[in-house]
Amino acid sequence: MIELAGVTKRYGRKVVVDDLTFTVRAGCVTGFLGPNGAGKSTTMRMMLGLDRPTSGHVLIDGQPYARLKDPLRHVGALLDAKAMHGGRSAYDNLRCLALSNGIPLGRVDEVLEEVGLTAVARKRPKGFSLGMGQRLGIAAALLGDPEIVMLDEPVNGLDPEGIHWIRTLMKRLAAEGRTVFVSSHLMSEMALTADHLVVIGRGRLLADTGMREFIDRNSRSSVRLRTPEPEKLRDVLAAAGITATEDGTGTFEVADDTPAERLGELALEHRIPLHELSPQQASLEEAFIALTGEAAEYRTGPLTAKPVPSGYPAAPETTLPETTRPETTRTES
Amino acid sequence: MSAPVAALRSEWAKLTTVRSTAWTLFAAFAVTVAFGTLISALSNAQYDDLSRQERLTFDPAGTSFTGGVLGQLAIIAFGVMVIGGEYSTGMIRNSLAAVPRRGVFYVSKLAVATGAALVVGMVTSFVTFFAGQAALGSHSTTIGADNVLRATLGAGLYMTLMAVFSMGVATMLRSSMLSMGILMPFFFLVTQILASVPGAKEVAHYLPDQAGAAMARVVPNDDVPYGPGGGLVIMLVWVAAAVLGGYLVLRGRDA
Repeated sequence: MIELAGVTKRYGRKVVVDDLTFTVRAGCVTGFLGPNGAGKSTTMRMMLGLDRPTSGHVLIDGQPYARLKDPLRHVGALLDAKAMHGGRSAYDNLRCLALSNGIPLGRVDEVLEEVGLTAVARKRPKGFSLGMGQRLGIAAALLGDPEIVMLDEPVNGLDPEGIHWIRTLMKRLAAEGRTVFVSSHLMSEMALTADHLVVIGRGRLLADTGMREFIDRNSRSSVRLRTPEPEKLRDVLAAAGITATEDGTGTFEVADDTPAERLGELALEHRIPLHELSPQQASLEEAFIALTGEAAEYRTGPLTAKPVPSGYPAAPETTLPETTRPETTRTES
Repeated sequence: MSAPVAALRSEWAKLTTVRSTAWTLFAAFAVTVAFGTLISALSNAQYDDLSRQERLTFDPAGTSFTGGVLGQLAIIAFGVMVIGGEYSTGMIRNSLAAVPRRGVFYVSKLAVATGAALVVGMVTSFVTFFAGQAALGSHSTTIGADNVLRATLGAGLYMTLMAVFSMGVATMLRSSMLSMGILMPFFFLVTQILASVPGAKEVAHYLPDQAGAAMARVVPNDDVPYGPGGGLVIMLVWVAAAVLGGYLVLRGRDA
């Protein structure tokens, strides 16, 4: 478990990470989402004790990172795939790390096997492709068989096969009961792997919520109906047990999974003219952009409200503005 | 296994698994011995041209160690690359994540590299002494003569301390390129020039290499206000300052 409490990082007058408080729990993949420059990497470096927070603190299993005995046995991290000595063989790079934490050298062969680099174990990473470098970085993260695995943008620059491999790996690690914390700037990537989401923008916490909850809230499909006879439609929908919201000008939103076909047939059956019948679908990516875009504009709006100190699962609401739904062209009647 | 022992083993593995270690240490040995022997041979050939005063102050042991002026460049490169290799590759983040107590990391790294430099320094020093004396022929001295063993050990210690000094500087600058760019010309040109300019001489004597060189002389340099012991102390102060400066930077800055 990783706990952040009021973590702030300033470089001079620039605030890079602003009062982050959240908890990363074991047994699930937690996605750490934010646009480039949101402060994700800085936050991860602070979790590993590499950067010192200006204020606040990070606890790993209840203690500061620097106090962990043999930290690689607790936390494995991939921060930068290039963070290996290019002139030292892949095997030796891992051996140096293993020795520093009293990890049996047999583990080096095991993790190289696991990431599929056994054949190039004696080669120097200088000549590795981006994907191979990424695999070596992941091997280093898994070396100490850690309870916490932290990956910074692991799919960046990977081919589809590599991306698929990392997704599967993260899910497996979480299924083994580990804490998996993975950053990305791509919502679509997170939607496929993460169980929980922590969203930041400009260093501030924007959301700390379950993935399912986030999807339900933001990618809920609905059907829009417009009619010149709203009273009649309202009665028909109510009689059919269909929940609808109405904007008062004859436009209805049905968001209870009733298909558009059924609504159209219902209207025909009761001879209600419809000027519009359109299924609506908001993408998660749009929801994410709207969320992080807001951060720049409203510094103290409801989206940036301080989270409940306990963090997860009593997460702050991810209220999203109505504008996340794509506008359909209205036909003038 | 306790953390410091594990850190030492890790640093030893790092040192012995990169090619730059072998290359720089071998270069330090080969260059020092080759130039020391060459200069000894030239001194032997031109001994008869020396003035009476020069013959009286001729230092056969010190002459054989003059190759160190060039050899030290390789030992500086060794010291710089031991530290710089962590920064230029980004390995430093992995290293500090593995050993978060920065003092332990730093001391382990310095201890291992200093040990290697000491062994190579001493081997170089003794080899260059005997090779130099062989080249000096009838003008040579023996290891048993007064102060000669001390000067030979001093020459080996000089190489070691130059390596440690470079490690401290490289930790402060956090870059191989920058450290090389400053240390190489400084010790190859600047201090040598200053030491021969009348006005600057008095100050130049207190620079680390000029002071340390006193350790490797049998016949004292009359211009210098301290002996081999004083030279060692002055050089140690420089080395301690560089190492401490490196520690403060490593401890204080984000990795």
